Amino acid sequence: MPSNISLLALVLITIVKGAVLIGALLMAFAYGTWLERRLVGRFQLRLGPNRVGPLGLMQPMADGVKVIFKEDFVPAQADRLAYWLAPALVVAVALTAFAVIPFGPPSVKLFGVPLFYISNVNVGILLILAVTSIGAYGVILGGWASNSKYSLLGGLRSTAQLISYELGVGLAILGVILLAGTLELPQIVEQQAGTWFGFLPRWNIFLQPLGFLLYSIGALAETNRAPFDLPEAEQELTTGYQTEYGGMKSAMFYMAEYIDIVLVSSIATLLFLGGWQGPFIQQLPGLGVLWFLVKVLAFVFIFIWLRATLPRIRYDQLMDLGWKVVLPLALLNLLLTALIVLIWPWLGGGG
Amino acid sequence: MIPSIDYLLLSAALFSIGAAGALLRRNALIVFISIELMLNAVNLSFVAFARQLGDMTGQVYVFFVLVVAAAEVVVGLAIIVSIYRTRASVDVDDADNLRG
Amino acid sequence: MEQVLFWLMAVVAVVSALTTISSRRPVHSALAFLVTLLSLAVLFLLLSAQFVAVIQIIIYAGAILVLFLFVIMLLNAQSGEGPQIKLPSQRPLAIALALLLFGGLSYLLLSSPLGAARPLPAGMGTVQAVGGILFNHFLLPFEVASVLLLVGVIGAVVLTVKEDEQPK
Repeated sequence: MPSNISLLALVLITIVKGAVLIGALLMAFAYGTWLERRLVGRFQLRLGPNRVGPLGLMQPMADGVKVIFKEDFVPAQADRLAYWLAPALVVAVALTAFAVIPFGPPSVKLFGVPLFYISNVNVGILLILAVTSIGAYGVILGGWASNSKYSLLGGLRSTAQLISYELGVGLAILGVILLAGTLELPQIVEQQAGTWFGFLPRWNIFLQPLGFLLYSIGALAETNRAPFDLPEAEQELTTGYQTEYGGMKSAMFYMAEYIDIVLVSSIATLLFLGGWQGPFIQQLPGLGVLWFLVKVLAFVFIFIWLRATLPRIRYDQLMDLGWKVVLPLALLNLLLTALIVLIWPWLGGGG
Repeated sequence: MIPSIDYLLLSAALFSIGAAGALLRRNALIVFISIELMLNAVNLSFVAFARQLGDMTGQVYVFFVLVVAAAEVVVGLAIIVSIYRTRASVDVDDADNLRG
Repeated sequence: MEQVLFWLMAVVAVVSALTTISSRRPVHSALAFLVTLLSLAVLFLLLSAQFVAVIQIIIYAGAILVLFLFVIMLLNAQSGEGPQIKLPSQRPLAIALALLLFGGLSYLLLSSPLGAARPLPAGMGTVQAVGGILFNHFLLPFEVASVLLLVGVIGAVVLTVKEDEQPK
């Protein structure tokens, strides 16, 4: 903590940074929906929304205005407390997790504090896991509070799915943590600087290919995206836990979904794709943010691509995949990584 | 710095509330949550003593309490589910087959 | 700052604990207990136990309590308490015993001298420090704990799988 500025100034800077971040994430949600609709349109040989504004760029605004003016109703015999709490909880949790995500190198400072992240804590990545694990409550409460069979089934399915894949994701992340020897995200990224043999970036994806694959599968499942979007399967459950939600509260569930996509993409970028590392980063550290955003966008694009390509899998297949494929493979990956980390110095290798 | 005694008194209050819940309620699930509350109160005093004594051991004990709590919840909830299957009730007063 | 945070969290913890044991609907009980767990996590942070605080949220709030909610919703038990009271003296007796317990505990705590807090070692409560102690001094208990969890898993499966749908 820098001692040359007062506590008050630090608090003010942090509040401003948080407000800017939240604003940026809400914009990311708005244009995430636009990007997805345009891209899925292309994949399906349609045009997608292109009427409102140039390239349909004003479409999210129009949708926002529509959603705000919709009737805000509560189903009969719903549990009011839980019904209101659920959408607020999922959005709050998704936003909070970004507090420890570094968007750029810590060397770029404003008033003596790093500009590109809000805080750096010793438990780093674990804090993100802790915060996102609270998100399961929003889903299960939303399903239960609506007093509807479809919603309840969707909520229960979704919670089971979240808990099952959280294990795989946690173990996949542990592989990277073993290599890095730290939980702090800025340090994990710093260790991925430079190249091997002069051309191959020292990204963790090349050391942990299996871990990256397992993390990506788990990330798809945790954000309830296709092909794992069973909790909101239209045909079977009429969009599951969101069935009885309308207007702004329904939009908040979507908001949380898109912010979660950005979150898991950011974590994948930081842990496996070298975060803000890229060409010319030494000369111009601020460029790091651009590399970071490019990598996150690429990951988001793959998310949308998968949705347009893959059919939804059955619920029993989902559970089989989670417990009988992802979990054992993640354990194997962890064991191998631990072994290599142990014998690498003994073989005479460095770093 | 907050004196450790404040944490310990808070822990005692939470433990007593948990004990009251376990004695008062007849819904097996809430009795169970009350027991979890008591375990958490104990965790708080472990961590408070760890700071008081400047010794990490107290914090490590919290992990063992967590393990016990997890194992207890898994088996306990399974027992509640199977009781519910046979008598369609989670009232602990209804499970009185052994009463003379 | 620290004072304000402690008293705020202490009040939140006690009020939510009281809500937990007095709420009519089990789901509200579980939610109130979630608030208790989160306020305890903040208190752990104040006691420089960062790792314990995070684990508290991941394991307790993220896994154990979700399992509770799962079962509550599965059984869809409303209050779950029948109208007939088999033990009329239960309520006053329980409250009296709990008050007695609190009185006894606080008497013991206040009458035993704690002395000044010893200085904290460097890196208190970090992942490295916890890991160092756990894997050096508590290796055997750690391994035994894993066996205990395995027994728990097997026990749950044995208890809940119905006789007529044994896996092939």
